[in-house]
Parts: sequence; structure tokens; C-alpha cells
Amino acid sequence: MWKWLHPYAKPERSYQLAGKLLPWFTALTVITFVVGSVWGLVFAPADYQQGDSFRIIYIHVPAAMMAMAAYSTMAIAAFIALVWQIRMAEMTVAATAPVGAVFTFIALFTGAAWGKPMWGAWWVWDARLTSELILLFVYLGIIALYNAFSDKVLAGRAASILTLVGVINLPIIHYSVVWWNTLHQGATISKFEKPSMAPEMLWPLIIMIVAFGAFLGTLTLMRFRNEILARENHRPWVTALITDINMQKLTGEK
Amino acid sequence: MNPRRKKRLIITSSLVIGLSLAVGLVLFALQQNIDLFYTPTEIVKGKNETGIKPEVGQRLRVGGMVLAGTVKRDPTSLKVSFDLIDNGGGIVTVFFDGILPDLFREGQGIVAQGELKNATQINAFEVLAKHDEEYMPPEVADALQGMDHLKTDKNK
Repeated sequence: MWKWLHPYAKPERSYQLAGKLLPWFTALTVITFVVGSVWGLVFAPADYQQGDSFRIIYIHVPAAMMAMAAYSTMAIAAFIALVWQIRMAEMTVAATAPVGAVFTFIALFTGAAWGKPMWGAWWVWDARLTSELILLFVYLGIIALYNAFSDKVLAGRAASILTLVGVINLPIIHYSVVWWNTLHQGATISKFEKPSMAPEMLWPLIIMIVAFGAFLGTLTLMRFRNEILARENHRPWVTALITDINMQKLTGEK
Repeated sequence: MNPRRKKRLIITSSLVIGLSLAVGLVLFALQQNIDLFYTPTEIVKGKNETGIKPEVGQRLRVGGMVLAGTVKRDPTSLKVSFDLIDNGGGIVTVFFDGILPDLFREGQGIVAQGELKNATQINAFEVLAKHDEEYMPPEVADALQGMDHLKTDKNK
């Protein structure tokens, strides 16, 4: 059943696949980003209660969602890396972590900038904000742990274990606004009921979520390719690749 | 699946499941302490599960809806007082001396931090506005006026 996946356990094949996917993700990112942000920031109506301040939702919510999506990706990859010992999965963990950390930071930062005018405080130690901050620290821990070992086999395994330990935080973040009294409001769209948002505001938000997802994909693919090259730099195919690029430069085909 | 892989699968799965259980139990035990605020009913009648009431003089946060018609402003200073209510029917009065957030108005969800003066009165030093998760243009909000679209504070 999984036979078709086997060739991609080879770094060279994964590298090529990532290279083929990259332009598609880049194009999708650019298109959805432009459409979503112009629609959301200019054409969507202001909120009845929060006025124009609510527009920060078009950055805040997609960033927060993708921070968690990145972590889910890492957790699945880490599980595969630990059980099946596939190095590509370890590299996925290492490649995704910094992107996820930056998205988490964006979510926290825009959240603070939104909280000040609306709630009246930059920061409140409620369950949602605190668990999101813990997510950032977990990300930083994974990045630090991965870079703490010079032996990358060991590093990948350690980072994978820490990733799995941190995965327990994901449901806590999502359900924090349901389980406890928080200052943060409940979910607007990621729930089973109808989204509590007017459609003309909702569409740009969905487009922005796609944009952030594609952006996450783009950055991760780029980092994934670099990770492969860095860890495989002694292999003949990498040497051949670099020689090719240098040859092209020399002969002027840029 | 070969035996070594199976062993690793079992170890990894039990790591995740064991951790989830441990964290789940910890959070369950700390449930009452993770809440950001007391609801007015909890201050009047005590917490749902334990029945424990906050003590007079305790620093706490209270969260509820501003009861219409109870906002009293001192004409010569920033002093203001208002009643908070929730679905449970408890009412507490909040006294505050400072600038209220822009979203403050009657019917708005509010989280106030301060000291419990007596059983139902709080001297607040910070008042935060809690908004709900509904977003709509002003015209839609106007059209929905009178209909029960704005959920009352979802926290019991």
C-alpha cells in the first residue's frame, strides 16, 4: 500500500520532488496573499463592534492556525522518524520547526497588538495565551535541541522525541477557550457549527488561511531542500549537483 | 512489520498516550485554578464543583456582563461603578477608578481584576473588555437588533 512512497526515502528523490513542488506553492502563496490581504484589509466591511481593529484577524488567525498545523506536521513526521527510522522524516521535523516558531511569534505579536485596543491589555495570563506561549517555547526547545548535537542522527532522534512530548499542547491550545474561562473569545470558524462571521468577512479570511498555508509549505520546502543538502553534503549526487550549478555559472547560462 | 519496528511503535505510542494521560490528569486537578476569572455567581454562591467562595480581601478577577442601567459615573472624577451579571443569576458590583476600555458599554462582557471588598463588591484596579467571536458589518448588526443574536456570556 505504501510502496509508492518508498523511493522518496532516498534523499535525492525527495530533494527533486520538493524542487518540483516549490514553484507551485510559491505561486499559490503570492496569489492568495495579494487577493486575501487586499480584500481583507481594504474591501471587507468594518466590524460593528471593533471597527477597523478587527482586520488584524486576517493575520492573527491564519498565523495561529498554521503554527499549529506546522506542529501537527512535525508530530506526524517525528512519529514516523522514531518508529520507522526514516531520515527524511527527521529532516522534515528540523525543516518545519523554525517556520512554525516564527508563525507562533506572529500570532502572539499580532494578538498582543489586537488585545491592547480591544481588551485594554497587551497580555493576560489566560489559558489560550499561555498555552500559545508554551507552544513557542516548545518550538524553540526543539530547534535548540536539534542544533545542540553535532551528530545529526542523534539530533534528529532527540528532536523527534521532544516534538512528540510537546504534541499534547495542541489540543490544550485549541480547547483552552472551551474548557476554561478565558479573556480570549471562542472559536469563530474552527468549530462544527456555522462560522460566526459575516460571509463578506469570512471569505478573505479563508483566502488568507490558504495563503499562510501555502507560505508555510513554501518555506518548509525550501528549508527541507537545504536540510537535505546540508546533511548529505558528502554524497556523490550532491557533489554532482553543485558541480552542475558551477558549470552553468561558468558557461554563463544563468 | 518486523519485531524491532513493532517494539519502537509500542514504545513511541505509549510515550504519547502516557504523557497525554498525565497532562490530562494534571489539568483536571488544576481545573479551578486555570480559569482566568470568577463568574459573579461563583462569587455569590461558590464554585460549581467545590462550593468554595473567595474570601473578602482576596485578589481576584471577575468576568460577566455589564447589567444595563447600573453604570454610575461620578461627575467630578473617573470613578465608576457597575454591576456584573452572568447566566447563573449572581450579581456583583465593581468599583473602578480609571479609564475604561473602548468596548465598555452596557451588555458588554467585562473582566475586572481587583480586591473583594465584601461578599458582592469588588474594588477593581483593572477593567478589560471581553468581546465575543462574532464578527459582522454594522448594517447586519443593526438588522439583527432586537433579535437574540448576541450570545450572553457563554461562561456559565
